[in-house]
Amino acid sequence: MTDIALPAAVTEAAPAKAPAASLTTKIRRHRALAYLQVAPMALVFLVFFVVPLALTLIVSFWEYNEYEIIPAFTVQNYVDVFEGCLNTSDACTTVRTYLSTLKFCALTWACTLVIGFTVAYFVAFHVRSRTLQMALFLVCTIPFWTSNVIRMISWIPLLGRNGLVNDTLMRMGLIKSPIEGLLYSDFSVVLAFVHLNTVFMIVPIFNSMARIDRSLIEAAYDSGATGWQTLWNVVVPLAKPGIAIGSIFVVTLVMGDFVTVGVMGGQQIASVGKVIQVQMSALQLPAAAANAVVLLGAVMLMIVAMTRLIDLRKEL
Amino acid sequence: MDVELIRLTKRYGHTTAVDGIDLKVRSGAYCCLLGPSGCGKTTTLRMIGGHETVSGGDVVIGPRSVGDATPAERGTAMMFQSYALFPHLNCRDNVAFSLKMRGLAKAERRAKALAMLDLVQMAHLAERLPAQLSGGQQQRVALARALVTGPKVLLLDEPLSALDPFLRVRMRTELKRLQAELGITFIHVTHSQEEAMALSDLVVVMNGGRIEQASDPRTVFERPATAFVARFIGGHNIIRLPDATEVAVRADRMRLGAQAGPGAVPARVVSVEYQGTSVHVGFEAEGPGGTATALTALIDDRAYAGDPLALGQTVPLGWDADAAHRLSPRA
Repeated sequence: MTDIALPAAVTEAAPAKAPAASLTTKIRRHRALAYLQVAPMALVFLVFFVVPLALTLIVSFWEYNEYEIIPAFTVQNYVDVFEGCLNTSDACTTVRTYLSTLKFCALTWACTLVIGFTVAYFVAFHVRSRTLQMALFLVCTIPFWTSNVIRMISWIPLLGRNGLVNDTLMRMGLIKSPIEGLLYSDFSVVLAFVHLNTVFMIVPIFNSMARIDRSLIEAAYDSGATGWQTLWNVVVPLAKPGIAIGSIFVVTLVMGDFVTVGVMGGQQIASVGKVIQVQMSALQLPAAAANAVVLLGAVMLMIVAMTRLIDLRKEL
Repeated sequence: MDVELIRLTKRYGHTTAVDGIDLKVRSGAYCCLLGPSGCGKTTTLRMIGGHETVSGGDVVIGPRSVGDATPAERGTAMMFQSYALFPHLNCRDNVAFSLKMRGLAKAERRAKALAMLDLVQMAHLAERLPAQLSGGQQQRVALARALVTGPKVLLLDEPLSALDPFLRVRMRTELKRLQAELGITFIHVTHSQEEAMALSDLVVVMNGGRIEQASDPRTVFERPATAFVARFIGGHNIIRLPDATEVAVRADRMRLGAQAGPGAVPARVVSVEYQGTSVHVGFEAEGPGGTATALTALIDDRAYAGDPLALGQTVPLGWDADAAHRLSPRA
C-alpha cells in the first residue's frame, strides 16, 4: 500500500515547490541573522571553554617522561590514576583522595545550605525594606573585598595553637591546654570552605525566595499550617531551584579546590585538586590532565544527579 | 455562624484604615463589603479572617470573641484575590493542603479533596498544576481549597475582579448557588455595586474606614443613607434643594416635559446614550445659587422613541414627589 501511495505523494508535492522557495530564502535569512547574533558568545565559549577542554582531553592521552611530554596515544595515564583500585581489600590512593574530597564537599554543602537558607530566609521574609535588603547583601559580600588566600590566612592568628580562640578560652578558664585541632585540620578546612562559599548559596536561594508570592504564605496560614509546616511545605519546595543552583556552585568549587585544602590543612590533607596541582608542578602534565578529566566526569555526574532531583530548566 | 464587629479599628501609624465600625452579619447571610479602593473593606475582611491584627475593638464569630485566634480556630477560610494557589502542587494537593496540615492520612485527604473539586466541577482537572489552568478554573480550585475544611464563614477578597466580564457573571451565579447549598456565611469584598446588588442579602457600603450604610440591597438602592452611597451605587441624581438639604432621586423616576410637574426646572440636554431597554439622557440644570448641576434621566426606550430629544434642547425636568429621598447630611 505504501508502494502505491508514495509516488502519488511525490507528484503532489512537486507543484508546491515554487512558492515554497521564496519562503525558504526568508527563513534562511532569519537563520543567518540568528547565527550572527549568537556568534560573539559562541566565540567566547569556543576560545575559553571548548578549546582548553579539548586540549586537556588530548594531552591526557599523551605520554611523558621526566624531561618531556610526547604526543603519542596512550591510556597509561588513566591506568595510573586507577592503579590498585581493583584491589577490594584496601582502597587505592585515588579512591581515598576522592573520599576525602567528597567528605569536605558534603560537610561544606550541608553547612552552607543551612546557613545560606537561614540567611536568605531572614533577608527575604523578615527584612521588609528593599534598601535594607540590599545593604545586608552588601554586608554578605564584604569578605570578597580581599583575596581568597588572604581571607584564609587571616584565620591562622585566630585558630593557631596560641591564637585568639585558644588564648581566650584558656584565660576564661574553660580549657587547660590549647585545643590542637583548630588549625591545620579537617575542621579548619571545612570552616574556610564554608566562609568562602556560603554567599554562593545565599544569593540564588534568596533569588528564589524573593519570587515567592507573599499571599502563598498567608494562604498556608489560612489553611492552618504552622510556621514550620509553611516552611517545609511551601517555602522549601518553592526555593528548590535556588537550592539546586547554590548546591552546584558549592559542589563544583569545593571539588576542584586545592588552595583552601593546602593552606588550611597545613599541606597535609589530600584532595583531588591538590593531586592535580602537585602533578602540574612536577610537569607531569598528561597525568594531571587525566586526573582533571576524571574529576570533571565525577563532578558532572554529581551535577546530573542533582538536576535529576529538580528540573532546573522547568523552574527557571 | 454570626459575625459581629464591635468598634473594630485598624490604624497604621497615624492613618486609620478602619475607624471603629460596628456590624452584625447573621449566620448564613451573603454579605458584601462595598466601597472604592482604600475604603478599608479589605482590611476589615483581613481582620475578620485573622490575617491582620486588630488595633481596637473586637471580632466576634459565633459565640466568642476571636482575639488572636488563627484562621483555623476561628472557623474562617479566605479566598485570596490572586487565588494564591501553591504553584508546586496540583489541584488535588492544593485542595488537600489544609487537610495535610491537620494530619489526615493521604487516602482520606485525597478522597475529600476530590469530592470538593467535584463540587466546583473541577474533578476532571485534579492532576493539573495551577499554571495549566485558566483564571476561572483557578478560581474554582481556590474556592474548593477554602471550602474543604468546612469553614463556618467564607471570606472572599475581590474574587471576581480578575475574570473577564462574561465569566464574572457566570461565577457570580455559581457563588450564590454554592452559598445557598452550603448555608454558610459569606463575606465578599467588592468594588462593583452591580456584584454587591446581585449577590448579597446585606450590602455594607464603606467609605474612608467607616460604614455609610448597611442594609439589604433594595433598601440601599431605594433609600441611600448618604450622598456618597447614592453616588457610589449609581442610578441616582443628588439634588440640593433651596433649603440646603439634599435629596436623592432615582434616574428612572425623573419626569420630563408635560409630566414634569409644578416643581420642574429648565434643563439642557447634554448627552443621549442609547442602552437598549432604556435611554440615558444627561442634563445640565441650574441649581440654587446659579451653579450648574448635572442630572441624569433614565427613560424607557419606547417612551423616548415617541418623544425624542435633541442635544442642546431645553426641557422642563422634574420628579415624582414620592421619589425624592432625603439624604442624611453627612457627606
